[in-house]
Parts: sequence; structure tokens; C-alpha cells
Amino acid sequence: MTSDPITNTRAKRFGDRQMETMMGHLLQVGVLLASAVVLIGGALYVHANPGHTPDYRTFQSEPQNLRHFRAVAHGVAAGDPASIIVLGVLLLIATPVARVAFALVAFSIERDKLYIAVSLIVLVVLMFSLLHPV
Amino acid sequence: MPLVLFTALVFLGSLSAGLLGALTGLGGGVVLVPLLTLVFHVDIRYAIGASLVSVIATSSGAAAAYVRDGYSNIRIGMFLEIATTIGALCGAFLATRMQTQLLAIVFGLVLIYSAFLSWRQSRHPLPELTTGSPWSKKLELSGEFPVPGGKQSYEVVRIPWGFATMFGAGTLSGLLGIGSGAVKVLAMDRIMRVPFKVSTTTSNFMIGVTAAASAGIYLHRGFIDPALSFPVMLGVLGGSQVGARYLVKANVKLLRIVFTVVILALGLEMIVNGAMQ
Repeated sequence: MTSDPITNTRAKRFGDRQMETMMGHLLQVGVLLASAVVLIGGALYVHANPGHTPDYRTFQSEPQNLRHFRAVAHGVAAGDPASIIVLGVLLLIATPVARVAFALVAFSIERDKLYIAVSLIVLVVLMFSLLHPV
Repeated sequence: MPLVLFTALVFLGSLSAGLLGALTGLGGGVVLVPLLTLVFHVDIRYAIGASLVSVIATSSGAAAAYVRDGYSNIRIGMFLEIATTIGALCGAFLATRMQTQLLAIVFGLVLIYSAFLSWRQSRHPLPELTTGSPWSKKLELSGEFPVPGGKQSYEVVRIPWGFATMFGAGTLSGLLGIGSGAVKVLAMDRIMRVPFKVSTTTSNFMIGVTAAASAGIYLHRGFIDPALSFPVMLGVLGGSQVGARYLVKANVKLLRIVFTVVILALGLEMIVNGAMQ
């Protein structure tokens, strides 16, 4: 017995709509959370360095403690404002990554092998960027 | 300039960039980077780092509104994200190795091309294709979107060309810290014949995922300065949210002309500045 291809597509597309609605909410919650953390960190930073004159004319690269996950976590635990901002940025970067991970789960439920593979590739590329040592 | 004043001015500048970017559909990054480098004398690497962060925020922040309309096609987006994310990795690697003068010149050229695209945007929409490439079905890229009284189905064509152009869009995004939404829409709408509304909404989702792919590299390379990213991210996000809400009410045609002239001027300025350094 073969399933009717049209109904099959419809079922899939209906699933897609639900999936996208949930993803939309996921992204919005992620960006709100990230903004709140960045705002807190930013306010603390400005408060802690009132007389500081920022100079971005010459690029010096950020210090090591703002470039690696573990160091950022230590900074946040110590209440360092710059580390809190970076935590917010990391949360922000994590939202689209979470969207791809969520799609992977949804495609797995739909048993769509092609798109399980497609979303896995995208996820691997994202993970490579985030985790590879420079 | 003291930090409080600097932060406040950068916030206001970013707010306007986000507003203009949303109203014209070009995104905040194309105005933001020239603003930071030319007006605030920020090194272009810090500028594109902060801009990329704001690009992710704008894309994710607009997602829920776009989903509600029911136009976006998650499969087209995911499939093409293979190309944009790999392109973004290449672009970010290039950005970490390229001379800043050259980076400024490339940015200027992209600005001029964006001005050209935005000026041309008033053209007529193409009709939907009901029979596309045989691969359109095989890759599950065919779809449908709501129209009054039913649904309009569509198929796509020239998938390899669209894929290749998306790789280019990803590279530009990773190299310059912009969303490169215009190129993404071009690849879908003009090359693959994805309906325009489906192209623009799908592009919005793709922008965030693409930018996330280069953000990791930017962060490890120290391009993302917290004190600068703070006003830029919140400013652009706020501006784009307001801009999207008032999009229908504004005189978009006039605005687009003004914006086109502004980015054309910024593009020339970036090139001259880059060449003189």
C-alpha cells in the first residue's frame, strides 16, 4: 500500500507551519534574553568606567579572557561587566543555532531523511565556527 | 570623548541605521559600518564585528512577525543555508587576513552595488512558476503560500546557480559583517524564481543563521568588542523593530531614493578613505 503523495505533502507542510511558528517564538525569546543580558552588562560597564575615553582607532584584538567560553564564564561569575556583555552576545549567536537544531529534531520526527542530512550539515558548519580553536 | 557620551551617540546612530535598514529593506549593516568607521573613527574590524552582532539580533527579532504571514519556506532556507554558512566561514577567514584598506574598498564597492540594487527595486514582480526544474520536487523546494481565497503553489529553477550565488552572499556577510539580504533575495527571487514574498521572508531567517556561522570566528579573533557591541546591538535592534512596525505608513519611495543617494555617497567615501590610508 502506498500513501497518497498529495496528502503526504500536505501533512508535511502542515508540520512545517507549526515548526516555523515555534521557531519564530524561539528566536524572539532568544533575542529578548540576549538583549536583557547585554543591557545589564552594558549598564554596569558604563557605570564602572565613567571617565574612560574609548579609542577604537587601532585594532588590538580583544583580550583572551573575552574570546573563550570558559574564560567568559569565569568573568561572568566574577561579575565582570565586559564578560556579561559577551555572554549576551553568545546567547544571541546561540538563537539561530538553536533554530537549526530545532529544525533537525522536527525533520527527524517527520522522518525526512534528506532534510535531516541538510540540517545536520548546517549544524556542523555552525559548530565548527563556534568551537574550533584558532 | 567620555564613554557615556560615546555610547549614547553610537546608540543613536545605530538606531537610525536600524530604522533606515528596515524601512528600505537593505538592513542596518550597510549604513552602520561606514557610520562607525567614517564618523566615529572605529577600526573596520571592530565595526564589522559589532555590525554582525546586530545583524543576528535584527534577523531573530523579526522572525516571529515573518512566520505569522506564512510565506517563508523552511526547506528552501535550510537547503541554501549549506551554501551561505560555508560561504560565511570563508568570508570570516578572509576578513581576519585581509588588509583593512582593502576591506574598506570592498565594502565601498558592495555599498555602491547595494545602491544600484535598491534603485532598481521598483521593477515588476515575476509570475510564479508552476513547473520548475525536476530537482525542485526532488529536493522538496517546491512550496505554496497563502493568497486570498486559497493557496498559490510554486516551483523553482536554476538551483545550482542559486546555490552558488548564496555561497557568494555568505562570503560577503562573513567578510563585511552585513546580512547581505539583498544578494540572498536576488539569488532566490531573480535566479531561482522563488516568489518575491517567499524570498524576502526566507532570506530574513537565513541572515541570522549565516551571520552566526561567522560570529564564532569573529569572537575568537577578537573582532567583537563588548563596549561597542552593547549600543550597536540594542540600537539597531530597536531601530529595525520600529522601522518594521511603521513600514506601511512611511513614504517608502522617497525614502528609498534618499537612502540610495546616502549609501552611494558612503560607498565612495569608504573607497576614497581606504585608498588614501
